[in-house]
Amino acid sequence: MPHLDIEEICAQYGDTRVLDAVSLHIERGEVVSVIGPSGSGKSTLLRVLMGLTPPTRGTVRLEGSVIDYRSRASMRSARARMAIVFQQYNLFQNMTVLRNVTLAPIAVQKRGPLEAEQDAIRVLEKVGLGDKLSAYPDELSGGQQQRVAIARSLALRPEILLLDEVTAALDPELVQEVLCTIRALARDGITLLIVSHEMSFVREISDRVVMMDAGRIVEAGPASEIFNAPRVPRTREFMRRLG
Amino acid sequence: MSGVLEQARALFSQDNVLFVLAAMGRTLMMTLLGCALGFIAGMLLALLRRSTRSYLAPVRLIAAVYVELFRRIPFLVILFIVLFAIGPIAPDASLFTIAAVSICLLATAFLSEIVGAGLDSVPTTQVQAAEALNLGRLRTLRYVVLPQAWRVILPPAIAFGVMFIKDTALASQMGVVELTFAGKVLVNRGVAPALGFGLILLCYFALSYPLTRLGAHLERRLATSRH
Amino acid sequence: MSYQFDFGPAFGSVRYLIRGAGLTLVIAFVSFWLGAVIGLLGALGKTRGGASLRRAIDGYVVFMTNTPALVQVYFIFYGLPSVGITLAPLTAVLIGLVLNSGAYLTEIIRAGVLSVPKSELEATEAIGLTRLQSVRYVVIPHVLRTVYGPLVNFFVLLVLGSSMAALFGVEELTGRAINISTTNLRTIETFIIVALIYVALTLCAQLALTAAGRRSLYRARPAKRSAYV
Repeated sequence: MPHLDIEEICAQYGDTRVLDAVSLHIERGEVVSVIGPSGSGKSTLLRVLMGLTPPTRGTVRLEGSVIDYRSRASMRSARARMAIVFQQYNLFQNMTVLRNVTLAPIAVQKRGPLEAEQDAIRVLEKVGLGDKLSAYPDELSGGQQQRVAIARSLALRPEILLLDEVTAALDPELVQEVLCTIRALARDGITLLIVSHEMSFVREISDRVVMMDAGRIVEAGPASEIFNAPRVPRTREFMRRLG
Repeated sequence: MSGVLEQARALFSQDNVLFVLAAMGRTLMMTLLGCALGFIAGMLLALLRRSTRSYLAPVRLIAAVYVELFRRIPFLVILFIVLFAIGPIAPDASLFTIAAVSICLLATAFLSEIVGAGLDSVPTTQVQAAEALNLGRLRTLRYVVLPQAWRVILPPAIAFGVMFIKDTALASQMGVVELTFAGKVLVNRGVAPALGFGLILLCYFALSYPLTRLGAHLERRLATSRH
Repeated sequence: MSYQFDFGPAFGSVRYLIRGAGLTLVIAFVSFWLGAVIGLLGALGKTRGGASLRRAIDGYVVFMTNTPALVQVYFIFYGLPSVGITLAPLTAVLIGLVLNSGAYLTEIIRAGVLSVPKSELEATEAIGLTRLQSVRYVVIPHVLRTVYGPLVNFFVLLVLGSSMAALFGVEELTGRAINISTTNLRTIETFIIVALIYVALTLCAQLALTAAGRRSLYRARPAKRSAYV
């Protein structure tokens, strides 16, 4: 059974159809990357999966069970197993790094504060920020903030991690540190759905690559195929433009 | 000029001083009561207006109408309406209660706008992150929104409090023994009006000015730090 | 609650009340404009005057904005007779409101004057405008745009604040409401209608003034010789 089964998902912003019958199956532990031009609906897909934007049609199944985006209970249980990292990190500005990471485990998952803290410290050390526990977000660089955001979503031990253009807002020097972190996550076997512009990284890390354009999936296949021998003209054009 | 000095000495008799101090206390109490209750009710209204559940839509409409209405009615008119409306409901209500109810009605409307602006000032990106982390609306409010919103809420709330101390003067019309009423009483007792009301003006100043300074000071401090 | 609502008598007196609303608007209007004159002088004094002038204006502003307008009017109305000046109620209210408004408007206008960015003023020097020209073409438009909103808000507050005149027997909207309700005994209904009239007045005033402001302050003027160099 696929870990995440996306079937004919449609979404709208006002009159514009942002997602048009998108279907995708993701196996456990797979690293799937979504590429495509701006406005193709890549980020919207992730937002829809997390329930931040309601789908107008289609079904999403998490390990077989349907996620009902209109039911709060269903959303809650889905969000307990999926996590998202945003392009703008979206850290809580009024809390330290440590608190940002421990808040949800303590308040939502009801874990003991000591256990949650130890866990958080472990995750933060893993992303290389063990020495910044009591810093506030505005004292950190973009790359550091993004790694805290990743740590924050990892603290909930999700089965699936959605990464929405997480390096797009960073200065080039800071991109590498975040990519390193993601590489480590992929090695750990967590199921990853990555939206990214970093083509070489996508090529290196993905099991499968999906190309989207105008709200539709244009082509999907193994990374080597998509990058070396794309079948669909649109994909070829996109690749060519990337040089 | 000796007449003025004598008058001043008569003015500051122990009786009068205690009386005015008590009236000052009443004014302060009305303001605090109104602002405290108005703040709580105002926050509830602000939260209600921002809820997303569909069954709350009529409540949201009522709340919006309430706020827009009560911010556009003079306090004096509110006092009169409450004064006459409360008769059938609670005929034994004291004048103070009538004033207090009117104060709360007004304060709720104004403070709900102030609180609402504070709530809206927290970037939605953080609220979305909280939603994605399964925090739920209540916990998001408690851990993420309110700790950041209060900085935006406090200065205008204090400014409102200052405006409110002055509005309570109208409650004197109801016969509530607050500061303005005390002035009228003093004049009735024979104090020269200029002296009497002059003193009352100074008392209001003593109550209001420190609050104004506090508000200005807080506004400066809160604008800089974030945590 | 066994109160029987009867809006009949109140509806019958609507025309009487509306005339009172007219006086309300006049009071607000007069207080606003005379107060604005004071406000302008005060703002100028505070931004350009010497230290003692600044302190005097400060004292005036701080005192008037931290004490209730009602008591200020009581002071004027009941206090002045002892120095031989007896005023009609409406006059006393107007004087009080004008002095009160002057203080608030001083602050509003001063904030507007201070809001002109130094960079714009430096730019006018750089392109060679005289002081007068820079005031006319840069400072005034900027100040007008900044203060317009706060001024509209203040006017609305004045419309509401004019109700205090009723306590001195002036027959503006609230005063007339008090008059009627003593005769028709339908106080709740009368005051509810009066409240709604105030809401209507302030809403219309706010919407109309805001729309007018947007049109005249922000409209790009293509063909006509523009004030915006």
